[in-house]
Amino acid sequence: MPKHELILLKNMMQLGYTGSLQDYERAGGYQALRKVVGKVPPADVTAMVMKSGLRGRGGAGFPTGVKWGFLPKGYQGPRYLCCNADESEPGTFKDRQLIERDPHQILEGIVLACYAIGAETAYIYIRGEFVLGARILEQAIAEARTAGYIGTNILGAGITANVWVHRGAGAYICGEETALLESLEGKRGLPRVKPPFPATHGLYNKPTVVNNIETLANLPHIVGRGPEWFASIGSPPKSTGTRVFCVSGHVNEPGNYEVPMGITFRELIYEHAGGMRSDKPLKAFIPGGASAPFLTANHLDVKLDFESVAAAGSMLGSGGVTVMEEGTDMVWAALRLMEFFYHESCGKCSPCREGSSWLVQTMRRIVAKRGRMEDLETLVDLCKNIEGRTVCAFGDASVAPIMSTLKHWRAEYVTLIQEAEAANLIKLEPAGRH
Amino acid sequence: MLARRAASEGPRWTRAVRAPSIPSPWVGRQGSQMLKEKYQEEIDEIISRYPVKRSALIPLLYLAQRDEGFISEAAMKEIAGLLRLTPPQVYETATFYTMLNLKRVGKFHLQVCKSLMCALAGSDTVIGWVKTKLGIGPGETTSDGLFSLSAVECLAACGTAPMMQVNEDYYERLTEERFDRILADLKRDGTCSLKTGPFMWPEPVAVKGET
Repeated sequence: MPKHELILLKNMMQLGYTGSLQDYERAGGYQALRKVVGKVPPADVTAMVMKSGLRGRGGAGFPTGVKWGFLPKGYQGPRYLCCNADESEPGTFKDRQLIERDPHQILEGIVLACYAIGAETAYIYIRGEFVLGARILEQAIAEARTAGYIGTNILGAGITANVWVHRGAGAYICGEETALLESLEGKRGLPRVKPPFPATHGLYNKPTVVNNIETLANLPHIVGRGPEWFASIGSPPKSTGTRVFCVSGHVNEPGNYEVPMGITFRELIYEHAGGMRSDKPLKAFIPGGASAPFLTANHLDVKLDFESVAAAGSMLGSGGVTVMEEGTDMVWAALRLMEFFYHESCGKCSPCREGSSWLVQTMRRIVAKRGRMEDLETLVDLCKNIEGRTVCAFGDASVAPIMSTLKHWRAEYVTLIQEAEAANLIKLEPAGRH
Repeated sequence: MLARRAASEGPRWTRAVRAPSIPSPWVGRQGSQMLKEKYQEEIDEIISRYPVKRSALIPLLYLAQRDEGFISEAAMKEIAGLLRLTPPQVYETATFYTMLNLKRVGKFHLQVCKSLMCALAGSDTVIGWVKTKLGIGPGETTSDGLFSLSAVECLAACGTAPMMQVNEDYYERLTEERFDRILADLKRDGTCSLKTGPFMWPEPVAVKGET
């Protein structure tokens, strides 16, 4: 089916591949680790990753090699690697597949990253709901430890890398890197004020790198086959490599599809995900998880790389593409996402904590046909007072659904309100209160 | 279309004030020795993974939840003693995370995802099935204590929506027929073969002949 080469999903696409150590080694696994540990200096591994152009797959798309480069040079004392497997962005379900089907690919990436940054301890912060995933990872760690890929004196080269699985307990915000660190320290998952950044003051105030699982899974391939090879895939120079896109919503074949960056949404939705599930045309899609603003059918030819999606007024984010067909109520869709953000706001910053509550109340009123025209101004006003005024990016993300639906489908809001006014159902509620 | 949220549900940051009781930081500081007696080895192993004891807090709260089905005040106090924290420090963490139950839930905790991606595929219908078949809404438990329902946010199975998690297992691509079978199997055997994982979607197919 795929016209291009699969990288991350290649092993698991083989029938009968179980993800065990034997299977992974037979598919060429742990060769990259053998190639570098004790033979190539750690700084060269970082240089390779930098050269490959690999960017973080968690949402922000920050270059991984650059992130590693921020660690203080010559620091004596422990450093940590935290692997972000707290996949909670609505629309995203790739990490679960990578973990449950090919855990050793991730572990090899983790050990390579530990080697490159000089960390002796890595914690995999996996979302609490992935009980099976955590069990599979723990089993894989035990296998790798026995085989000498993890632990003290890896492959006889005197390098130490211990890997632990730490289960979260159900909080979207813990996918934010500083909230993840707080949670790993046993506290409430409230994001920290940055700077200082985790690279200097991270876990237990020590230099720390936080990387997404998909980012780490790319490392064995970059190291094994060379950064030049990786940099030639996708749409270089800014967006290299492949990405696993999670297609959900009103398509025929939703699921995870690994494609080189730079193909269009039209190709992804119509060629890979089987097109729309009914004869209704596409009305809207979210290009990168709930935090990314909605796009319309006019944006189908936008390329799937960081810059193109940003230029179209949205973001590639976590790669969760949700498709909605004609007839979907966009006000309702925005409310559903807003309810998510309302529930998940950690409560640290007032604009987000109070604003998300007001937004939900106002949206519910409009959907229940009790809205009034002033509500539209209230929504915009609230959104502008949240955006950019919070400690973490959650605030900016939480206003994306409302701001983008207001931009593209304002008429739907107006219709709902006009119906309310016509039916004379308006209750005497002051605008913006609940 | 728009279900009124049960009074027990609300944003994350209000969980602390909605919780059943607030342990006093000064009374019974040592707490009981219940967990320590039962799980001494496991507790030591968990604490040994971290250079700072407090990091073991969530894993220990999970341990307490596994033991009793929920996290009791006594357990929180004991864990505080084990990690040299004050009970409020344990309490503030325990109240933040939605997977830590501060009150008893049914033997089978049905958690139906209600986020947009599942809603597009009909998660409201699934919540409706629970209502008609078991007579409970979100936040409620059946009178025999077997089933509890929670309407939860995204569980990372959007491609196989609608879905629900029952205790530790995922059940995906729900249809009414499958849903009925899951309930029947859970009642009879305590488990159901329809649970999914190791997850991969779409499943690899030999015929498609990828090269």
